[in-house]
Amino acid sequence: MSEDLKIIEEVTGSDYKYGFVSNIEEELAPPGLNEEIIRFISQKKNEPEWLLEWRLKAFRAWQKMKEPKWANIHYPPIDFQSLHYYAAPKKQQRPKSLDEIDPEIRRTFEKLGIPLEEQKLLAGVAVDAVLDSVSVATTFKEKLAELGIIFCSMSEAIQEHPDLVRKYLGSVVPYNDNFYAALNSAVFSDGSFVYVPPGVRCPMELSTYFRINAAKTGQFERTLIIADEGSYVSYLEGCTAPMRDEHQLHAAVVELIALKDAEIKYSTVQNWYPGDKEGKGGIYNFVTKRGICKGPNAKISWTQVETGSAITWKYPSVILLGDNSVGEFYSIALTNNHQQADTGTKMIHIGKNTRSRIVSKSIAAGKSNNSYRGLVRVLKKAENARNYSQCDSMLIGNRCGAHTFPYIEVENKTATVEHEATVSKIGEDMLFYLNQRGIPTEEAVALIVNGFSEEVLQHLPMEFAVEARKLLAISLEGSVG
Amino acid sequence: MHNAKQPLLVIENLHVAVDDKQILKGVDLTIYPGEIHAIMGPNGSGKSTLAAVLAGREDYTILQGRVFFDGKDLLEMSPEERAAAGLFLAFQYPVEIPGVSMLTFLRTALNEIRKSNGEEPIDTRTFLQRVREAAQLLGLGNDFLQRAVNVGFSGGEKKRNEILQMAVLRPKLAILDETDSGLDIDALKIVANAVNSLFGTIQSYLIITHYQRLLNYIEPDYVHVMYDGKIVRSGDKTLALELEAKGYDWLRSETLSSIELPSTTT
Ligand SMILES: Nc1ncnc2c1ncn2[C@@H]1O[C@H](COP(=O)(O)OP(=O)(O)O)[C@@H](O)[C@H]1O
Ligand SMILES: [Mg+2]
Repeated sequence: MSEDLKIIEEVTGSDYKYGFVSNIEEELAPPGLNEEIIRFISQKKNEPEWLLEWRLKAFRAWQKMKEPKWANIHYPPIDFQSLHYYAAPKKQQRPKSLDEIDPEIRRTFEKLGIPLEEQKLLAGVAVDAVLDSVSVATTFKEKLAELGIIFCSMSEAIQEHPDLVRKYLGSVVPYNDNFYAALNSAVFSDGSFVYVPPGVRCPMELSTYFRINAAKTGQFERTLIIADEGSYVSYLEGCTAPMRDEHQLHAAVVELIALKDAEIKYSTVQNWYPGDKEGKGGIYNFVTKRGICKGPNAKISWTQVETGSAITWKYPSVILLGDNSVGEFYSIALTNNHQQADTGTKMIHIGKNTRSRIVSKSIAAGKSNNSYRGLVRVLKKAENARNYSQCDSMLIGNRCGAHTFPYIEVENKTATVEHEATVSKIGEDMLFYLNQRGIPTEEAVALIVNGFSEEVLQHLPMEFAVEARKLLAISLEGSVG
Repeated sequence: MHNAKQPLLVIENLHVAVDDKQILKGVDLTIYPGEIHAIMGPNGSGKSTLAAVLAGREDYTILQGRVFFDGKDLLEMSPEERAAAGLFLAFQYPVEIPGVSMLTFLRTALNEIRKSNGEEPIDTRTFLQRVREAAQLLGLGNDFLQRAVNVGFSGGEKKRNEILQMAVLRPKLAILDETDSGLDIDALKIVANAVNSLFGTIQSYLIITHYQRLLNYIEPDYVHVMYDGKIVRSGDKTLALELEAKGYDWLRSETLSSIELPSTTT
């Protein structure tokens, strides 16, 4: 192995920088999963009867389901009975203002660089922060309320806006959709809720930070975003977790509903703890994300930067029901050391003249394994549907793997479906060229990877693009191999 | 005259191998500040190998010899340290970096070099001014600076881009490896003019070329002829003309008749 490659390997072996544990008193449900626990969660949250019933239906469906095995990922069986399904910071009263938040929680979020402080909020980002299972603070609420925009925790939405929740919850991802979605439906504890009324353009980015803190807990957020006719909203989620030796399960569900002429832009920067260099610990990130373009001319755009988690299993999808609706998926998935990612998208074309665009950039370093899995499906009535997919993989070193599994099912002859794929390696020629210009190998790798990811990064809101660039560089420190 | 000054580059008895194949077989060369040297020689004689070894490319085994740059042991330094010390190589085959704009690339390079030398990052205005001036000097528009490094560049653009980088980074010694090949006469004049006008800011040049024509525009103080891993002849610029007139075969018949020469295309 060449010297450069060795250096890159050392560089990508660097440490996770968000791995601290916060010393916050937690209220924990006993471990294990049964109807009792589900009733406990539902009662804790003072939920209406219909929701408890829905959870129980999901639980019963889940019991009959098997863990999916088709993804290109490998891990020992998860003991679902050893996990805690509810963990919450102990303070019972929800804080009324930012000053009332437990200082330790605030310090946690400060360490994460989340702008909870009012002054920082002037930057124009409204934040909902979810620690373990409970939403801790939602900022900018009043300002949004003036426009009729609802941005709150899911628990609060269930209390304050039950009709909206009841109408849309499970309407895109049914309670029995898949193993992890069913589990989430049974035990979800919190998450974010957004409703944008007709014709309103949400004036700021809405943002949620998720953090798993408690040990041996699963985190099951549920996020629901509804963009009513002619509205627009851009939403961003970020995630981190402490370093722990054992694996932790994260099984979220996100549902997006874009009505006629509405647009939802959903961006994720996922940086859950990936485990150590030997593959010990790290988050299992098994997530179901799906949006529906319900009315004509609706648009849903997913952008994701996935650098964390021991295992990522995630396929943000769009159902293109309305005529002329548009679905987009822009993804960067970076794996290093022993990380595994099987991620991609599904674009389901139902309406006429529907268009979808997929740009996937996979970067694999260390001994990691990175797969793109995508489905483009054009149904019979989807006249003139168009899809363009581009899947590029970059390998750093010789011990990682990148795979592409594109599935295309077309039932309408007028459809146009294009797929392009490339695989490249960070070559010594490239590194030497940059070194000769004074750029050390570590920075050179960051530059190359950022360049490779540029097409996706440009779809992130500005501040987050800057963050994402840094994150890509940090995640690769020590990796040329 | 140059005895008063310290030499910028000293190569002593350099022997280099790749994959057990010996390529450089005892190269000696000294370059003082303010000098322009040219190395000519047939394909495969080891010119690019010498350039690559000076720039610090790995894969080469130094069998013997020493190299000093500005008084420092060059062979002990990493490629980026050499760049920071002021050694620049214009590549014979420039490399594409998809998605990285020229501006980002140049700024990163310049700031890394400044950092190594204990300087602050360059401020945006000064940087942009310097880059635009350099682009203008090379006859390249500002839109060129938005493009990804070498991606989709024509052969000529790639070569001019190397000189553009040199103009922005302002090294002490620039080694130009066949920068002239593949350039039409107009582009050749632009490059030569840029090289000449930067002379002074850039203390010395080592110009590697297969043909004499570049030397019509850039006047070297010394011309060396490399053959089979050695400098077999040195002289002033008239040596280049002599080579041009007689061809490399002349060298072979005169001094190296026993060795098979690779064919030369002129
Ligand atoms: N990386 C390498 N591996 C094997 N042989 C090489 C390598 N680089 C150069 N050579 C050989 O070394 C000799 C000199 O090449 P080079 O330095 O490129 O010559 P020039 O630039 O004078 O044309 C050639 O025979 C070439 O094939
Ligand atoms: Mg050469």
